Amino acid sequence: MTTTTLTPKTNPASGPQARTSPAAWLRAVPLAPAVSAAVVLFFVIAAIAPQLLTHRDPFAIDLANALQPPGLAHPFGTDQSGRDLYTRVVYGARESLLIGLGATGLAIGIAVILGVASGLGGRLLDGVVSRGLEVLFAFPVLLLAMLFVTIYGPSVTTQIVAVGLGTAPGYARMIRGQVLAVRHSGYVEAAHALGHSRWTVLRQHVFPNAMRPLVAVVTLGIGQSIVWASGLAFLGLGVAPPSPEWGALLDAGRMFITRAWWLEVMPGLAIVAIALAATSLGHFIQKKLEGAQS
Amino acid sequence: MTATLEHPSAAATATRQLLNVRNLNVSFTAGRGRPGAPNTQRYHVVKDVSLSLAAGECLAIVGESGSGKSVTARTLVGLPGGTARVQADALELAGHQVAELGERQWRQLRGREIGFVLQDALVSLDPLRPVGREIEEALRLHGWGNRRSRAAKAVELLASVGVPNPEIRARQRPDELSGGLRQRALIASAIALDPKLVIADEPTTALDVTVQAQILQLLAGMKDRGTGIVLISHDLSVVATLADQVAVMQGGAIVEQGPARRVLQDPQHEYTQALLDAVPSAHTKGTPLSKDGRARITATSRRIRTERPAEAPPVLQAEGLTKSYKGPDGVQRTVVRDVSFELGVGETLGIVGESGSGKSTTARMALAMLEPDAGRVLLDGGAWTGISTAARRSRRRLVTVVYQDPLSSFDPRWNAERILLDAISRTDFPTEAERTARAAELAGQVGLQTEHLAKHPLQLSGGQRQRLAIARALAPEPEVIVLDEAVSALDVSVQAQVLDLLSDLQQELGLSYLFISHDLGVIHHMSDRVLVMKDGLAVEQGSADQIFNSPRQPYTRELLASLPQLPSGAAATEGGLA
Repeated sequence: MTTTTLTPKTNPASGPQARTSPAAWLRAVPLAPAVSAAVVLFFVIAAIAPQLLTHRDPFAIDLANALQPPGLAHPFGTDQSGRDLYTRVVYGARESLLIGLGATGLAIGIAVILGVASGLGGRLLDGVVSRGLEVLFAFPVLLLAMLFVTIYGPSVTTQIVAVGLGTAPGYARMIRGQVLAVRHSGYVEAAHALGHSRWTVLRQHVFPNAMRPLVAVVTLGIGQSIVWASGLAFLGLGVAPPSPEWGALLDAGRMFITRAWWLEVMPGLAIVAIALAATSLGHFIQKKLEGAQS
Repeated sequence: MTATLEHPSAAATATRQLLNVRNLNVSFTAGRGRPGAPNTQRYHVVKDVSLSLAAGECLAIVGESGSGKSVTARTLVGLPGGTARVQADALELAGHQVAELGERQWRQLRGREIGFVLQDALVSLDPLRPVGREIEEALRLHGWGNRRSRAAKAVELLASVGVPNPEIRARQRPDELSGGLRQRALIASAIALDPKLVIADEPTTALDVTVQAQILQLLAGMKDRGTGIVLISHDLSVVATLADQVAVMQGGAIVEQGPARRVLQDPQHEYTQALLDAVPSAHTKGTPLSKDGRARITATSRRIRTERPAEAPPVLQAEGLTKSYKGPDGVQRTVVRDVSFELGVGETLGIVGESGSGKSTTARMALAMLEPDAGRVLLDGGAWTGISTAARRSRRRLVTVVYQDPLSSFDPRWNAERILLDAISRTDFPTEAERTARAAELAGQVGLQTEHLAKHPLQLSGGQRQRLAIARALAPEPEVIVLDEAVSALDVSVQAQVLDLLSDLQQELGLSYLFISHDLGVIHHMSDRVLVMKDGLAVEQGSADQIFNSPRQPYTRELLASLPQLPSGAAATEGGLA
């Protein structure tokens, strides 16, 4: 028997360790959505009721135990004032998540209005909105945010508005494209041919189908917004120092980076964990949504 | 290893025997997980296929989608695809044992000894490269000549495949060429090094009939010059014009194989018979095409057309329809010019024409999805175009449509039942329960099972999707259904079932069809009257018999002449091709 095998060599033992990128790793493991959900749940509890996760006070100063490395008493170590870092990370979740959700929500809100107007409006409106978005695109998000924070002063609200405004144009472009694609799709034409009114077609077909990819994008956006906000805080443009917001923690730990690595690593890990979990969950939801129609 | 490798006469027979395949098996690994994961499966798509071909002959492999014919063709050029596993007792091409060849050796064989012509020339040609360069590349890969001689040879090849002005065409990119010229360029690059064997996978499927006729002629010429051709096709009439040998594939295996005339005129296997019966043509008019349709329809007898009172006003009337668009170059192009037609109650008007003839634009105007620039459409004697959308909406339900690609005409979020419910009038069926019952009734009418209603369109087969689209078109109880290439994307046996269904429904419900198709056989089978379109003009209009039997216009005659004919069975042999 002449046998030609054109199959690339497959290794049946190729497990998660063979994967390179963390996102791919998370996607490959069936557990990923569960783990991600657990991580997200942890931070949501931390944001709503932080006292459930720690009995300490995030602002309690204990100079005797300043800059303790991570250990049994202080799992994340302590900062220069002896405050427990784990407690501070837990308490910081509220503001960080608020910024993430708020900024994404604001961005999506602006984007839906602009994108739908641009996609459904006439050529003139589309032209005006599209050029406007292109101008916004020309400014780096960070520059826009810095400008905003400098004018209105650092606070959670300004962070939300700054990051929200900065990321809105991207979403708006995406929604515009979706609306245009759906508007010219076969099923919209079929619905018109059945005699449905313009409004019925918009409500039944155009909006739901144009917004569908948003579900996944939103979860991705939350993680990104937190990273953006932390970046701003690290530059000193975030929430004021005593606050345990994650970006502020990073900013504060910067001075001690050579002596106390945990001050940077632990809040950083929290940011990575929530961003990764939200992203992975986003992918999972996206796949589920696509799977529903296949 | 088999004995064939050491067979002493292998070289000697190579001059005559171009292809010798014995018990070819191809299987694929598929599954959602990683290769090797427990949820993967092996699909055996080509089973014990044996083929042989001599020089100057054409072997046609015929089958419907999923029959394994394309995988067989791709295996013969060493490109079976990603996870394929190929096994064969003998795999001999143009005198070479190819079973054990590596990628490098395959590359040397491909182009030089074996030419491969793909279906869609637009995606098979590099869009950024002039077609002349594409051909030169094929020559360069095998070290043929120098730069200058290759350029000359490319022009010569283009000329040889019948491309007019080859010097100019060679410098043009694929998007600047028409479909026929692109296909010729692709063939030119496949035969650049004068391969002994050409494998053509659906080489004319995307082409208009007149262009198809030219390409078939070109392939026939190559065959006469001694090239062996393996032709893969789903179209039996194409096969009939070119093939000497025919192999009919079903579910990965060859069910019947033999000389073309014998297989096509006196098929032994029931699948071949069913395939041949399913081809719509003049002879099939008024009779069902599919087997199960036959049992159903004989009781109700053939369609009776004379019953319709002659003085009944037409349901749809188009007068002097004209539509033009401004192209990207700013030039006004008239797509439809002064087209008029009438569609009577219970009648089918076929609109036939090649791509770009304006038939779909005409259909859109008949649907009032597009306002004509001049002329008007009347529905039941009242204005249908030129009125406001609001005024039209209440009568929208009277004219519905079935598109070529049903999948894109369904909201991807909805399952079949939701799609039907959406199309059912809320005034006629006020309660949810009534509408659900109506949806089930509609599904039954088009032969869908209850279990299909819960499924999403993606989970349905092509035929089921088209049935669903028809059910949706029936839902508002229309008078007219516009069928825009509604069966063009279907396999011939599925097409037969859908055409039968449409005939049954017309008879049952007294529907009028505006049947748009490029397929003359389908048009002849379905239509009472036919409108032939070319370049936006209504070239000829008349009864189906008159158009097909005594066409008056030269274009109609040309169109009919280009249609490849199936050698008909005993019934019509005297008129068939001799």
